[in-house]
Amino acid sequence: MSLTVALLSIAALLGAAGLAIALARSVEATRIIYGLCFGFSLILFVAAVVPRGAAALTAALPLGLPWIGAHFRMDVLSAFFLAIVNLGGAAASLYAIGYGAHEKHPSRILPFFPAFLAGMNLVLLADDAFSFLVAWEFMSLSSWALVMAHHHDAENRRAGFIYLLMASFGTLALLMAFGLLAGSVGGYSFADIRDAAHGPSWKSGLVLALVLLGAGSKAGLVPLHIWLPLAHPAAPSHVSALMSGVMTKVAIYGFIRIVFDLLGPPEFWWSMPTLTLGAITAMLGILSATIQSDLKKLLAYSTIENIGIIFVALGLALAFKANGMALPAALAFTAALFHVFNHSLFKSLLFFGAGAVQGATGERDIERLGGLIHSMPRTAFVFLGACLAISALPPLNGFVSEWLVFQAVLLSPSLPQWSLKLLVPAVGVALALSAALCAGCFVRAYGVAFLGRARSIAAKDARETDPWSLSAMSGLLALCLLAGLFPSYMIDTITPAAKLFVGGHVPTQGDIPWMSIVPIAESRSSYNGLLVFVFIIFSASVAALIVRRFGSKAIRRGPAWDCGYPDPSPATQYTGSSFAQPIRRTLGNVAFVARDHLDMPPPGDTRPARFGIEVHDRVWDGIYTPILRGVEFCADQLNRMNYLTIQEYLGLVFIALVGLLLVIAIWP
Amino acid sequence: MILVLSLAPLLLGFTRKTKARLLRRRGPSIFQPYRDLLRLMRKEVVLADNASWLFRSAPYLIFAATWVAAALVPTFATGLMFNWSADLIVITALLGSARFFLALAGMDVGTSFGGIGSSREMMFASLAEPAMIMIVFVVALIAGSTQLSEIAFHMLSHIELRVSYGLALIGLVIVAIAENGRIPVDNPATHLELTMVHEAMVLEYSGRHLAVIELASALKLLLYVSLIACIFAPWGLAPHGADFRGMAFGAVAFVAKLAVGGFLLALFEVSTAKMRVFRVPDFLGAALMLGLLGTLLLFVSRSL
Repeated sequence: MSLTVALLSIAALLGAAGLAIALARSVEATRIIYGLCFGFSLILFVAAVVPRGAAALTAALPLGLPWIGAHFRMDVLSAFFLAIVNLGGAAASLYAIGYGAHEKHPSRILPFFPAFLAGMNLVLLADDAFSFLVAWEFMSLSSWALVMAHHHDAENRRAGFIYLLMASFGTLALLMAFGLLAGSVGGYSFADIRDAAHGPSWKSGLVLALVLLGAGSKAGLVPLHIWLPLAHPAAPSHVSALMSGVMTKVAIYGFIRIVFDLLGPPEFWWSMPTLTLGAITAMLGILSATIQSDLKKLLAYSTIENIGIIFVALGLALAFKANGMALPAALAFTAALFHVFNHSLFKSLLFFGAGAVQGATGERDIERLGGLIHSMPRTAFVFLGACLAISALPPLNGFVSEWLVFQAVLLSPSLPQWSLKLLVPAVGVALALSAALCAGCFVRAYGVAFLGRARSIAAKDARETDPWSLSAMSGLLALCLLAGLFPSYMIDTITPAAKLFVGGHVPTQGDIPWMSIVPIAESRSSYNGLLVFVFIIFSASVAALIVRRFGSKAIRRGPAWDCGYPDPSPATQYTGSSFAQPIRRTLGNVAFVARDHLDMPPPGDTRPARFGIEVHDRVWDGIYTPILRGVEFCADQLNRMNYLTIQEYLGLVFIALVGLLLVIAIWP
Repeated sequence: MILVLSLAPLLLGFTRKTKARLLRRRGPSIFQPYRDLLRLMRKEVVLADNASWLFRSAPYLIFAATWVAAALVPTFATGLMFNWSADLIVITALLGSARFFLALAGMDVGTSFGGIGSSREMMFASLAEPAMIMIVFVVALIAGSTQLSEIAFHMLSHIELRVSYGLALIGLVIVAIAENGRIPVDNPATHLELTMVHEAMVLEYSGRHLAVIELASALKLLLYVSLIACIFAPWGLAPHGADFRGMAFGAVAFVAKLAVGGFLLALFEVSTAKMRVFRVPDFLGAALMLGLLGTLLLFVSRSL
């Protein structure tokens, strides 16, 4: 039943995409299409969360390749991700009802938006390699079209090009991974792959590497992350929110589906590349975020950080599962899925906030913002909530999942392998560092953009955003708070998936008194977000009451004190780059070879003094530049092939034919 | 909760007095911080023209988060009423929340002093917080729990000497010094110096808001001293369900521990000089590495 409803809604989303083309000239098209998307996403969300039996639902449609058909299946994992995707989709549609009004050419976005939603949903439901890849590519291409919506900007075109390249590369890797999984028999449905005999160790290793490349390039795993900070800012904000908050989660789904489900029982060393890449991704992501001044770019880098955290948790789950430690594996797996959910909430919210700011001021550069808390108080409030959540501060939701990851790390000394024993503490440091840096990064983003004095006229004259956008943002903030206060419900929702994929589950949290969460045993660790929240509110009110009762109530407004030397120019405020300077100097000199240049003319010289910052992207310089050079070199060499005579061409064909025949003859 | 609140300014006053005596000054009375707080409480608040609601509510949130964190640390008895609602990682994160709001408040008015303070505070925190988490890992791996009461109980029942304890203790002391803005990281007694961090952030605060923030930072000092005492010197802690005599003994022991902690802090402060700001990351990095080393030792062998 739920699966049928889900498939029908996806078809309806595709229909909405068609309708958008038909309505291209209508003024009301924006509201109609986003309204429809909102409705269908809600239906899909409900279809995902209504209780089903324990068994997975399946359906086969006579689509696609005639002898395969298209298989669809909804099990606990797809249902969980379906709920996340459609929650994000519904919020983005609601937001876009208001935000879409800013769009000059809505017909460039409207047809692709529902198609993008449908593509993501299809990936989650696909049950054979063929439909999975088609849906995956559909999702990539529709989102690429959305990235190219503002293609007049050369930077956006470059972003679109790089995104397209990385997406094709990712699909290619996944294609090869499925080819290896299906083997020579060619059973492409997931059920066949699951039942097939698992190949030798090197083959699973190769599949793992290909999945890390394929799903990792979509999720934003370093060093395949380069497209995210380019493509996410280029797209309109509700699309950025979907791409960053939701589409990366679909990639995580792909990783879990293949590695935890299809690939068979894991070996311990699978966790090592996952953990290492995750830790590097988390560190590099948040360090890059800290030095960005483009708000949306900053958010994209912070997504990379969170993907790293999720991969670390998944790597821990793999390590525990391989060693038959069901309970710790379930804990790590639960932490990963919980973080997936949390990140989809607050990252969408942050992108919405960035979009609201961009709509109100036309600026994304935080160095030209400031003081928005006065002109956009409601947006400022919800953005603050999201900053608290993403910085993993109690009692909001980001903290709970990070706490669970730390608890999983604390269980890992009992892993028998020495290599893991040495790796996990290092990964733990990376996690702790990235959590702390994240707080710094968002203090900077919020403090520079929303606090202080306006740095530009646009920021000074900003207006509060529209009620549609505000309602979408407030809804997400409420969910963040609820997930932080009542994490036990979320953990219990994830439990069936953990049972299915890692063979264990954390104790049921719902019946623990006071709604605390106790992942292992009470004597070991427990956390109660609700009580911490109540305590904070209680202490703050008591303090405020006592101060009001016994202290002075007088308030006088005056100019800022600033140690007696206030400067009226807003340019003398601390800027984003000056805020990041200590971190750039301490950690950035390693990560980015960051250098400050000061050009101070001697006295008497009328030249202005200049201060510059030099930052290198080591991943780009170290990996992509050589690849680009290699491609250019090969292209130059092959260019000669364009100018051969007809005899030479025929000779080439002959040589190729002989070569192929030789290969067939030698092949065992 | 009330106990930590009432003792916090006393600890501050005691430390200041000791410091003054060590410098052969007479120093203010150890009750001076109470008088300062009362005086600030009665004064009017001077707000900058463009201060927002965040600026006005931040002191209470900072105070509340610090107070809750401090109340969760066992002082003279283990088995506090709601100790299961939060563990050591939560306490660290609560202090992180307080710092988050303090740093935001520093940036709210849009002065360069506030910004410099916030920026440096967040840089210190980005190293001090992971160091703290690693120290928590060390302690939790030994005690098999992140609950402070359990940890204190474990420490009381298994008195042993381990390498990792030593590493964790040194690391925790470094973190405590940095987090409380004491010499050599920051100087709580200065104003009008480019080296100030905490004082720079609260520069725009006055009157009752300043009083609440000052109280919160006194609480934080008390929290760290009692945390160190609870983990590394748990002697005298009344066990869960102890009778009145046990409690009274625990309270006396707690005050004695505070006095020792305050004295050692003052001694350390007068015997060292303030560091340059960019030397601090090295100092904190040492704490982080000590924590990592301790964790690594425990991953390799349970007995180290």
